[in-house]
Amino acid sequence: MAEQGHLLELRDLTKTFGGLTVADRLNLYVDEGEIVSLIGPNGAGKTTVFNLVSGLYQPDSGQILFEGRDVVGLPPHKITQLGIARTFQTLRLFLNMTVKENVMAAAYGHTRSTVVESIFRLPRARREEREISALADEKLAFFGQRLTGYRHNQQAYNLSYANRRRLEIARAMATNPKLLLLDEPAAGMNPAETAELTELIGRLRDEGGYTVFVIEHDMHVVEGISDRVVALDHGVKIAEGSFDTVATNDRVIEAYLGLQGAA
Amino acid sequence: MESGGDIPEVPGRPDERDRPRVGVDEWVASVEERREQRGGFAAIGRRIDAVVPPWARLLIFTAAAATLPLWMDTGDLFVYGIFTLIYILLGLGLNVIVGYAGLLDLGYVALFGFGAYFYAILSSEHFGIHWPSAVSVPIVVLSTAALGLVLGVPSRRLLGDYLAIVTLFFGQAFVVFVNAANPRGLTGGPNGIADIDPNDLLGYELITRRQQYWFILAIVVLILIGLHFLSESRTGRAWRALREDPLAAEAMSMPVNRLKLMAFAFGAGIAGLTGCLFAAVLTAVTSGNFALPILITIYAVVILGGIGSLTGVVIGAVVINVSFQFLAPENPQNNARLLFYGTIVLLLLMAVRPLWRLAVVFGGVLVFGFVAHEVASRIDESWTAGAVVEGGRVAGVVADWVIIPAGHDRFADIAYIALIVLVLTLTRVRGWWRTLLTIPTVYLSAVVWETSFVEQPAVARWILFGALLVFLMTVRPQGLLGTPRVEIV
Repeated sequence: MAEQGHLLELRDLTKTFGGLTVADRLNLYVDEGEIVSLIGPNGAGKTTVFNLVSGLYQPDSGQILFEGRDVVGLPPHKITQLGIARTFQTLRLFLNMTVKENVMAAAYGHTRSTVVESIFRLPRARREEREISALADEKLAFFGQRLTGYRHNQQAYNLSYANRRRLEIARAMATNPKLLLLDEPAAGMNPAETAELTELIGRLRDEGGYTVFVIEHDMHVVEGISDRVVALDHGVKIAEGSFDTVATNDRVIEAYLGLQGAA
Repeated sequence: MESGGDIPEVPGRPDERDRPRVGVDEWVASVEERREQRGGFAAIGRRIDAVVPPWARLLIFTAAAATLPLWMDTGDLFVYGIFTLIYILLGLGLNVIVGYAGLLDLGYVALFGFGAYFYAILSSEHFGIHWPSAVSVPIVVLSTAALGLVLGVPSRRLLGDYLAIVTLFFGQAFVVFVNAANPRGLTGGPNGIADIDPNDLLGYELITRRQQYWFILAIVVLILIGLHFLSESRTGRAWRALREDPLAAEAMSMPVNRLKLMAFAFGAGIAGLTGCLFAAVLTAVTSGNFALPILITIYAVVILGGIGSLTGVVIGAVVINVSFQFLAPENPQNNARLLFYGTIVLLLLMAVRPLWRLAVVFGGVLVFGFVAHEVASRIDESWTAGAVVEGGRVAGVVADWVIIPAGHDRFADIAYIALIVLVLTLTRVRGWWRTLLTIPTVYLSAVVWETSFVEQPAVARWILFGALLVFLMTVRPQGLLGTPRVEIV
């Protein structure tokens, strides 16, 4: 049953908070090179799935396989080092650090120099510093003019809302992940910025080589980018497939609009 | 990889000029620039940070500090020079824990004390052990770091206020242990440990104040360099990231718990080293050297300078120690007196507007004083027969101005209570009433000062020192060199 093909696979994943079941024997998978969207009404358990995958929550039962390896029980930083990086719906940047430092900090997991090496600027520390700096420039350059130039040395709290979302993505990219979990990347963006973001997510896969698993409410974005769409409601997977299949699915329409809305 | 040039710019709206450009990237990004253009006191720290590179700042500091012994006498070099350096070191260690990692550690001073006591045990007449510094100091530093690690263990689970309480308990327990427990005479109880060996450089003992000062200065410079490099490394960035948002730091591949313990151990190591130097310079340690007031002073150094800034710690230590020593009881009261009247004049200058109202207050206070003094002495000679505590030129003027009765203990208490009532009333009234009421309030505070505080210089020192801190921190909450911290925008 262990198909090596899936990059990420959730098997019978269950999570309850007291009496509330937020993930109910959930089975889903993401293949390498795919862009998969997770949709569902508010409270459907989408962010919970991300929290479970990134290790912030422990599931009650079930397995989370990443490249065939069960990552349940690993601390979040280990999971990130294995190659799963995420952004936060509520934006959790390091506000009082500069834009570039935000990205450089995320390279912690794949650098090795010790405190002593850093204090004395020994060769490995110097080399890693150069590499991280170049890495940060490269990741920030992915966003075109948005995050380049003079903004590198600005405190993150000076950024506009849209740029904060971009910086969150850049920061996640700096951990050198294989799988990017984007939690509502278009929330709070205006139509022009949303269009730009849709293009960006495509480029993340095509140019960056990342597999993307994205939670999104904006159906234009979902339609524009998704190879596959998974719909959740009350912690249960109610539909899966191409955007058109899921968008016309009765249970999905019912979940979003109620029974009367089917028309 | 420059691949973003093809992304179209966000189109401007036709009505752009008529609206505030809220939420537009350029507008938000310009906030920092406009803030930088702002002049005055607030901009000084930012300018220093931006214009003078770190190595130049270090050079200026080192050059200025190294020449200190050439023109300062030995006693001053001790209290102004060496103590400032000690505070810098303590501030640097605390800055790692609080400034970088954001862990509120109130047991820090105990680590300093542990280092001092441990060094005293290893190198003094107390047990007759006289290990050279090259042996004892590394042992002390490593054991203090290990103790810091232990102290940091609760931080895996506790944050903020909760961590503060647990660590504060540790700090207090240390004082009690040293004072009361004193197992087998280990710590010497309330008498502490005396006859501690001076530090030695490979056998050459540093006995004179000048030698000690330069030795500690060299250590301060080395630690400043090391901390600067560490701050700009993966570890330093990870510490700051964990201060900003531990959860996001954990999700971004940083082992948060290990980093916290590292910060605790690292800061503790510096505290332990400082303890060795402090014990050697003082040649005696008692538990009072490591009690709560010192902790508060170290925190003041770090906060005043601007949390997380190395230059800030240095400046904070200089400001704090110099002003604190300036108010020392050994100094004549005129320092404290000068500061007291100076503060009142400054406060009036800042608070009372416009100018003619200020003139009324100043004139009123002076006239009010002489009239009140005259009236009181006419009624009963003994009411103004009390002697003014000597000190400085101000004392002569004060004698004919402030009412000081012969035996004035009870009078001082009544005046004190009346002052509180007046100040409270002052906050409730507006306009002319306030101006008029300011006159007796200022006068009465002078009376209270001359009848109570001046006679207890040790108390007055702390009160003035506290008032100074409150004042400085109200003016610049982020510290002299700190950038304003933003939690959520």
